[in-house]
Amino acid sequence: MKVAVPAEIRLYAADKKIYPRAVHGWFAAWRWLLVWGTQLVFYGGAWLTWNDRQAILFDIAHRKFYILGLVFWPQDVIYLAVLLIICALSLFLFTAVAGRLWCGYACPQTVYTEIFLWVERMIEGERNKRIRLDRDPLHVRKAALKTAKHAAWIAIALWTGFTFVGYFTPIRELGSEMLALAAGPWETFWILFYGFATYGNAGWMREQVCTYMCPYARFQSAMFDKDTLVITYDAKRGEPRGARSRSADDRHLGDCVNCGICVQVCPTGIDIRNGLQYQCIGCTACIDGCNDVMDRVGAPRGLIRYSTQNALERHLTPAQTLARALRPRVLVYASILAAIVIGAAIGLYARVPLKVDVIRDRAAIAREVEGGRIENVYRLQIMNTAEAKRTFEISAAGLPTLEIAGASRVELEGTASRMVPVRLRVQPGAAAAGTHRIEFAVSAIGAEGVEVREKSVFIIR
Amino acid sequence: MSQFTSDFWDLYVALISLASILACGVFLKMQSVRKAGEVDTTGHTWDEDLSELDNPLPRWWAWLFYLTIAFSLVYLVLYPGLGSYRGTLGWTQVGQLEEENKAANAEFGPIYDKFASQPIEVVAKNAEASAIGQKLFLNHCAQCHASDGGGSRGFPNLTDKDWLWGGTPEAIKASITNGRMGVMPPLGAALGEQGSKDVAHYVLSLSGSANDSIRKARGEPLFKSTCAACHGADGKGNPLLGAPNLSDAIWLHGSGEQAILEQVAKGRQNQMPAHKDFLSAAKIHLLTAYVYSLSQGYSLSQGAAPPGK
Repeated sequence: MKVAVPAEIRLYAADKKIYPRAVHGWFAAWRWLLVWGTQLVFYGGAWLTWNDRQAILFDIAHRKFYILGLVFWPQDVIYLAVLLIICALSLFLFTAVAGRLWCGYACPQTVYTEIFLWVERMIEGERNKRIRLDRDPLHVRKAALKTAKHAAWIAIALWTGFTFVGYFTPIRELGSEMLALAAGPWETFWILFYGFATYGNAGWMREQVCTYMCPYARFQSAMFDKDTLVITYDAKRGEPRGARSRSADDRHLGDCVNCGICVQVCPTGIDIRNGLQYQCIGCTACIDGCNDVMDRVGAPRGLIRYSTQNALERHLTPAQTLARALRPRVLVYASILAAIVIGAAIGLYARVPLKVDVIRDRAAIAREVEGGRIENVYRLQIMNTAEAKRTFEISAAGLPTLEIAGASRVELEGTASRMVPVRLRVQPGAAAAGTHRIEFAVSAIGAEGVEVREKSVFIIR
Repeated sequence: MSQFTSDFWDLYVALISLASILACGVFLKMQSVRKAGEVDTTGHTWDEDLSELDNPLPRWWAWLFYLTIAFSLVYLVLYPGLGSYRGTLGWTQVGQLEEENKAANAEFGPIYDKFASQPIEVVAKNAEASAIGQKLFLNHCAQCHASDGGGSRGFPNLTDKDWLWGGTPEAIKASITNGRMGVMPPLGAALGEQGSKDVAHYVLSLSGSANDSIRKARGEPLFKSTCAACHGADGKGNPLLGAPNLSDAIWLHGSGEQAILEQVAKGRQNQMPAHKDFLSAAKIHLLTAYVYSLSQGYSLSQGAAPPGK
């Protein structure tokens, strides 16, 4: 008899909804700890104050980026580059040591999915109840539960959007504007946009973001090697799998009782017993689930565990496996990362809260003024990046008789910048015709070490 | 030139655009199923034996593709895109520019306008107006007159009290609004080589510069007959004509016999462009006040105290 084969296969399939079962255990506790940690920072950080201003505020309109005691200007973009390099290197390091730690514990997609799943579980109940509820035809109770769930999700999502926007526009003002329904159009748009993204990604898209949309999920497998800790099913110990029965002789069976818990708890719906798969976000739910079962059947824990390819092949002890974490690749990542972090810290510590740009007048090259003296004109863009009002003294050196004509002091408010035209003069015959290197120095009066030197040229013709 | 006038090309472009969009849809539809029984890989192989499974994508992904097709069709109805069809919204680039300019004027106009009714002498002493004026000056004037307004050879110094066309607020405003054209005719042919030299030495004597007294004496009657019409009998200039004062030590085009000789012989046409077409009256008002303040010795926007204070 022939099996009926469909004549054609659809290349776009409807999704199968995944109902992850709740897990408890050592790793689940860690994951919740990180949910709390990251969300306390995110939701709470916007409300901190520092020197009568919001502690963390990215003021795009005024191009000032406040992080605690630091004020970054667009000219400080190097620190952003360094931050991104640190992030990338940390990712390399963590992934080389223990796989997708970021995905499993700290990625916002994982964290918000975790929160939304918790809400879902609180309202609709455990996995079985949720599956049954979705199968049921619509009835009053189902409608009520679904409404409650979505209302809770939307509330969390809107609060998330509000908090996000609160990092770009002062959150306290934003809050009162929202209460008065007077938030600006862009603020409203971004609150709704970010809220919608949270609601859609954590409520509906979930694992599909990881499997279909996230590029990092795909390229990190290139950072794995045979000594990378990944979530592994110990097939040698587990197989052949099978359910136990008291009467039968179970000795030929491995430790896997084929209960299916590891599949039920998986947020991406895979079976870890098939080996490492690209969908695995390294969340360790299957480890906690399996350990629970092993405890109940009286077998040792760790049928599914963090292990490495080498550990399984060569039967390494856990201590040997961990020792291999200190391999050259990891040490190189770690030392480069440490060097950059230390360098960035020193750079931030030694940062001078003053920036000066010198722009020489281009069209008017040099002019002769009273007494045959030669004058060049410069624009000095002086940026006081400190938050205190300061007075700066401008001076120039590099040519005999070089002096500033007119005022040489300028007063600036905190985090303000000003363009100051500066005229430099030399006596006739002070130097030959041509281009001469000179140097401007701008120093804050009464603030030791706050000085910037900038090179320029003086032209005599 | 037929390609710019014939309707054919409009239709041609429109047709290709529409056909391409629809073809995308057909292509997508064709590519979303495949025959069963074939190998379940994409058919691509790397590194000898690495192949890629051809697993189904989520269905919402296909919808996104169809959505882009729907979007492009709606877009083409609303906006110009199909040949000469203008779209139902009537959007144009020029219209958008005008709209944005209007919005910007509505937002920033009041900042300029609040000074428009005040006299220049008052605005010139206002620190905020001066800061705005400085920015306008740096954008529109500093290229020639230098960032400090001190000018350069051929470009007048605006910070002294010496004015070609007058230094009253009204005169400065007229210079900025309508521009100025300073013309001195070439007199080399009329005066001859020796005559030109004689006149140059007389001009040198007016400002007390070193000169040849014989040439000066010969040059005086030539000056009175040829130059005095514009520069005045005493050489003090005439701001109505933009004729410079020759009796001070300020030389726009250079001092010394050679520079003056060249000026006399070859004449000069020196232009300041009009700004009325791209600066609003309110901005010109602020700019006038700033330039006026430069010659009055206020240093508001510089924010700088004199050294040692």
